[in-house]
Amino acid sequence: MRAARSSLPRTIAAHAVLLTYTLIALFPVFVVVVNAFKNRRAIFNEPLALPNAETFSMIGFETVTSQGNFLLYFQNSMIVTVASLICVLLFGAMAAFALSEYRFKGNTLMGLYLALGIMIPIRLGTVAILQMMVASGLVNTLTALILVYTAQGLPLAIFILSEFMRTVSDDLKNAGRIDGLSEYKIFFRLVLPLVRPALATVAVFTMIPIWNDLWFPLILAPGESTKTVTLGAQMFIGQFVTNWNAVLAALSLAIVPVLVLYLIFSRQLIRGITSGAVK
Amino acid sequence: MAVDAEPVQRRARRWHIAVFLAPAVLVYTAIMIIPLFSTLFQSLFNTVGGQRTFVGLANFMVLFGDPRWAASFWNALWNNTWFFIIHMLVQNPIGVVLAAILSNPSLRLRGFYRTAIFIPTILSFVIVGFVWKLILSPLWGIAPNMLDAIGLRSLFAPWLGQEGAALTTLALVSVWQFVGIPMMLIYAALLSIPDEVIEAAEMDGLTGFSQFFKIQLPLILPTIGIISILTFVGNFNAFDLIYVSQGAQAGPNFSTDLLGTLLYRTFFGFQLQQGDINMGSTIATMMFLIILVGVSIYLFAIQTRLRRYQF
Repeated sequence: MRAARSSLPRTIAAHAVLLTYTLIALFPVFVVVVNAFKNRRAIFNEPLALPNAETFSMIGFETVTSQGNFLLYFQNSMIVTVASLICVLLFGAMAAFALSEYRFKGNTLMGLYLALGIMIPIRLGTVAILQMMVASGLVNTLTALILVYTAQGLPLAIFILSEFMRTVSDDLKNAGRIDGLSEYKIFFRLVLPLVRPALATVAVFTMIPIWNDLWFPLILAPGESTKTVTLGAQMFIGQFVTNWNAVLAALSLAIVPVLVLYLIFSRQLIRGITSGAVK
Repeated sequence: MAVDAEPVQRRARRWHIAVFLAPAVLVYTAIMIIPLFSTLFQSLFNTVGGQRTFVGLANFMVLFGDPRWAASFWNALWNNTWFFIIHMLVQNPIGVVLAAILSNPSLRLRGFYRTAIFIPTILSFVIVGFVWKLILSPLWGIAPNMLDAIGLRSLFAPWLGQEGAALTTLALVSVWQFVGIPMMLIYAALLSIPDEVIEAAEMDGLTGFSQFFKIQLPLILPTIGIISILTFVGNFNAFDLIYVSQGAQAGPNFSTDLLGTLLYRTFFGFQLQQGDINMGSTIATMMFLIILVGVSIYLFAIQTRLRRYQF
């Protein structure tokens, strides 16, 4: 029976299906990156050819670096993503610890309240969020984005982390209590290191939508000094729509950082999903 | 003394709970819950020259009664529904097929395929929207030339520019981007089915497709349910893909307008129309109600009927 499951024609068919879909998934990325390194004529004449000595050109990247403020945009995106991530992980883990560790009145209710945000998208409150940011003078600051993304990431983070924290052994925590550790030390020294794999999974889930978001940068921080890479690339494409070298180079620059992060964390992501973090 | 010590200690213990919960609850309440309800609340008001007046459900009457508003709202709602239908019909079956193939433990290169197929999901909408616009552009000619190579050139049309085809094309682009999510979740669900169950099925002579449909598929139905509701929520507040590929006008002739783009145009205004906070809130409220109804149907009607198996 095992042999029947892995017979040769069946294996070939499986690889054929997967390979076809992999090509479909990667083809657009390939087209962009390959053409970003070619001169204008080669982009139009042979869009699918690899760049060679004759057609190789960095003119697109030169335009991007001289015309756009991409370095600044990258810096903004980094600050926003990292700061939101730290807040989501720290606050989320603390709340998840409170919900999973202590029995108190309203525990279940609090859990449900915090889980609301998993199903109801934060975007629906945009009107009032903008008014609030205008009133508090936070429009066009990175702080506004960090606050919004922290609120957006918390519900799922708390949900996943509290599932994980229930699996941390009680004996260990009680041993810590007997040794006179305060509840804070138990959380920071004993529990937090033990749920590190879960934290990594949550980090990946939280990071990707923040880095890629267009809605809130467009509405809350469209100013030149606070543009994120996603918004910057969008604006740049709008301005240089006929300069294909520049557009393709800008797209490549926007792809690379996420791709690198993903390849670094992909094993963690897959382990997190398959170990039941989001089931 | 001994009687006193107990409550003091208990109160002290309660303080940590508050400290642990406070930051998350404060940020979440202040930035998410209060603005959400404040937005819902503002749909009951009208602002004229900075003066806010309570108008009850008048904004909703305008939305459904005024032929221009009603036409754009129903258009966006129908488009959104179609967008969702395409996702359910295309994204989920592809996800199931890919996951089923990947879950075969003797298959080589599994990690490579999994990583590669998930890559579109991590890309931003700006990249995805623009890349597909370039590929499908009749000007650049990648898509027409590829169709030419297999002798199907006549099938090519500038899909994104046609009223009839643009929305379906964008829905398929979105499916292309997000197929990794159902694939991963179903893959995880398939891996959690114990080998004994599969072996028992094989002993009974169930293999291949009949095994998949009779054993694995019923066991992963709850996961497919979760994926469906996640897709529903995601689709009914989609905005980015349409905005980056067709602009806020959701052209051609509003044929790709979704509730998200309608909300954006209403709230911020476009061209000659002024932005309108209260009508924007009204549309956000309708989106909230639609999502609420969808989530409730899932929680009360679907999830309770799906049998879950514990191994």
